[in-house]
Amino acid sequence: MAHTYNMTYVLIAVAVMAIVTYIPRFLPLTFMRRRIQNRFIRSFLYYVPYAVLAAMTLPSILYSTSSLISAVFGMIAAVILAYRNYGLTLVALGAVFVVFVTEQLMVIL
Amino acid sequence: MSGTMKSAYLHGLRNGIPICLGYLSVSVTFGLMCTENDLPFWIAVLISMTNLTSAGQFAGTALIISGGSLFEIGLTTFVINIRYLLMSLSLSQKIDPALPIPQRLVMSFGVTDEIFGVSMQHKGQIPFAYFLGLMTLPFWGWALGTLIGATAVSLLPDMVRSALGIAIYGMFLAVIIPPARTEHALAWVIVIAAGISCLFYYLPVLSQLSSGWVIIICAVAASSFAAWKWPVKDEEEA
Repeated sequence: MAHTYNMTYVLIAVAVMAIVTYIPRFLPLTFMRRRIQNRFIRSFLYYVPYAVLAAMTLPSILYSTSSLISAVFGMIAAVILAYRNYGLTLVALGAVFVVFVTEQLMVIL
Repeated sequence: MSGTMKSAYLHGLRNGIPICLGYLSVSVTFGLMCTENDLPFWIAVLISMTNLTSAGQFAGTALIISGGSLFEIGLTTFVINIRYLLMSLSLSQKIDPALPIPQRLVMSFGVTDEIFGVSMQHKGQIPFAYFLGLMTLPFWGWALGTLIGATAVSLLPDMVRSALGIAIYGMFLAVIIPPARTEHALAWVIVIAAGISCLFYYLPVLSQLSSGWVIIICAVAASSFAAWKWPVKDEEEA
């Protein structure tokens, strides 16, 4: 199913992303000389990326392939590989490989 | 360029090599995700060259693909990248207070988790030339990897393309699981955020809300809870 895009929308969206990504990078470095003292805010900022990635992964990962079954096997493979500290690329490729094999088997069986 | 500036730049360039290699492999996945969803390859490369960030641009792009509103895209990307405030702030304490604003603006563009992490290992003040050298190769690695990923996918058969859909989530798991093994607060953050995200997906009324808002709600809820329950010590930041 080919997806068509309104290019004006896409380009404006990319510009918006670039600008809001740059804002937190340049504001303190350019203008601030003091350190954040509030421990709650510091802790909050520390946890944010993990919460975001977890929310983005579940449950979307289950619908990221052409069948729920292959996605579940792929996810299990990724969790095991990640738990054993394989790098980003190996974990990603391991999940892809398991999904691929599962889908091949589903065709055969 | 003076001799000391040149050697600081080269020193930075060398330290950027491992970051560049890491970025190459991750950005291939990003390029794949874009092409997989029929975005033109040059849009993928444009996103990588103007954003130079992982989670933020992945989420923003996912929203572009699902047709999210500009406000939603902006807010989601901002919330994900809000952590850069902290890194940018730490960096501001380690550079020459007299460094002019144009140089600061250039450095700011290179604030990523990895470049920041490596730059802060520099003993004493961080020279501008060193930081510039450090961000050079990762920037090009990020752009080149995206181009490779975005252009190679059309050569692949359908079965492989279906399997590649899971790659990005595998990568996310590889980012969040290893540190959560030793730090149980992080494990809770992940469980809470993923749990809330599932509630919003499966419950009838809540599922009306678009994914960008769900991510923001999950992030704010899980992170504030953890920040209240397990405040971090100084050395854990960034």
